[in-house]
Amino acid sequence: MNLDAFAGCLSSASCLITQTSAGLIIGMLLFLVACGVTLIFGVLGVINFAHGAFYMLGAYLALTAYQLTDSYLAAVLCAAAGVGLFGVAFDRLFMSRVYNSNVLMQLLVCYAFVLILDDAVKMIWGAEFQSMGMPAAFALRPLHVLGGLVPPFYVFLVAVTIAIAIALGGLIERTLFGKIVRAAAVNRQMVSALGINTSLLYASVFGLGALLAGAAGALAAPVRSATPGMGVSILIESFIVTVIGGMGSIAGAFTAAVLLGLVRSFGSIGFPLFTDGLMFGLMVIVLLIRPQGLFARRSA
Amino acid sequence: MRATSREALLALLACAVTLLLAAALGSKPLIDTLMRLAIFGLYAVSLNILVGYTGLVSFGHAMFFGFGAYAFGLLMQTGMTSLPAAALASLALSAVLALVVGALCIRLADIYFSFLTLAFQMLLHAVILSWVGLTGGDQGLQGGIPRPRFLGINLADPWQVFVVTMVAFFASLLAIRTILQSPFGYALRMVRDNAPRAAALGLPVQRYKLAAFVIAGLFGALAGILMALYVSGAYPNFAFWTLSGEGMFMIMLGGIGVFLGPVLGAAIFLLLNDTVTRFTEYNGMVMGVVLLVVVLGLRQGLLDVVMARLRPR
Repeated sequence: MNLDAFAGCLSSASCLITQTSAGLIIGMLLFLVACGVTLIFGVLGVINFAHGAFYMLGAYLALTAYQLTDSYLAAVLCAAAGVGLFGVAFDRLFMSRVYNSNVLMQLLVCYAFVLILDDAVKMIWGAEFQSMGMPAAFALRPLHVLGGLVPPFYVFLVAVTIAIAIALGGLIERTLFGKIVRAAAVNRQMVSALGINTSLLYASVFGLGALLAGAAGALAAPVRSATPGMGVSILIESFIVTVIGGMGSIAGAFTAAVLLGLVRSFGSIGFPLFTDGLMFGLMVIVLLIRPQGLFARRSA
Repeated sequence: MRATSREALLALLACAVTLLLAAALGSKPLIDTLMRLAIFGLYAVSLNILVGYTGLVSFGHAMFFGFGAYAFGLLMQTGMTSLPAAALASLALSAVLALVVGALCIRLADIYFSFLTLAFQMLLHAVILSWVGLTGGDQGLQGGIPRPRFLGINLADPWQVFVVTMVAFFASLLAIRTILQSPFGYALRMVRDNAPRAAALGLPVQRYKLAAFVIAGLFGALAGILMALYVSGAYPNFAFWTLSGEGMFMIMLGGIGVFLGPVLGAAIFLLLNDTVTRFTEYNGMVMGVVLLVVVLGLRQGLLDVVMARLRPR
């Protein structure tokens, strides 16, 4: 524990800015993964334990696409589309078979895929750390904000994620598709009886969640190194996000992800050994006081 | 009572046969295999108290395996406790951990429960990795575990470690079996099958779940202690999530609804893992495919299938 460093950082504008921006990008990546988890859970009632592996797949696909095309935009689109399609196939071929089974079966199918995907990545890309490096378009000098340094990519990442969050909120709250999705979350038999193809609906929700994870992986690639097994820690953190924010709530996921990101970045200065402990502490407090999460409409 | 004494006799017999067989053959690989089977078998059976009998799908059971191993190793390294005292103290600490974690986790239903247990396990793993001064970080507990003699038993001798492990294994199986066949055990099954009904009949459902969680944690920690004794150390991967996944894998392979299913599952898992590792470094790929085939194809464990065949209705 280093309270002097912590107090020192809080009283210095440059440190505040640097840590806040670092915390924000952690939060943005967490949000993108967590909102896929929460979306899939809200509609399908299953937790995709393989979601972290999707994020990993996104990072690696982006890496390869970037090396081939030299365009970061192409890398992000390729990763999002590729992982989205993979999600649809995963749902149709495997998860749909255990929708009606118990939690154990669902967990085991996902666990099997985590094992398979981790090794597949090892086979294709190797077991070593790989990093994309900053794409040429963002290899600019960092912005000076109140004496703190903020890399331009951070600004881009935050802007893109906020745009995605708004688009997603609009999709769920204002479109017909969103209405059907919300209805299916409440009563799938009724939605099916009204003539809506729920299999297709489920596959598209799963695909959408996977697409977001793939995009998160691609957006993380310039600032994180890719390694097999990188999915597990973000999966657990995104789960903490959904617990704090409330399962099924996108606004809740966003708030909680930003909160957690800030806890991580500031915690690493003041309490480097207890950063994880801080996150869990936050989750435990929420669970004890408001088990359904800060933003949930229904009780868990 | 009669059933219990018959099972006690069976456990005693099985233990004696195993020890005699190992003594007669005297083969080091056989003893090593049996040690690992006993440790992981006990671990899987303890997890099945939750998964199979109480319907609580814990995805963080390795938390107790790792905690037991580290607590035992650290207590022994202080040099102030005798070996049985350290083992008992580690079990007591594990029970307290299980009580606290369990009290938080059982508040949540189904999938939330699974993830919360996983999250707590990863917290323990993170603590082990970052508290280098105490745990040795990612290098594991350094310096070995001292084994002072107690009651004439010398655990520096591998054969005596083997005997103690086997006795602990069969005694634990018997204890778990007795618990599960008691009225308490049947109450757990009722909680699993129909919790609202159990509550309506006046069973304190949450307390039963918590008790099952603590019992499972205790035996999981015992498996961890035996592991620490066997490898003379403790490593962070004892508390890593993959070990929790492997526990569920073993249960699924062997059979959820049969008491000894997880032991068979552990045997198949270890055999499969050892064989696959010999041929390829990508054992996760092979194990993942096997798991998919079992889950989506059989939809139950091997002993479940066998028992269903034996009892046609």
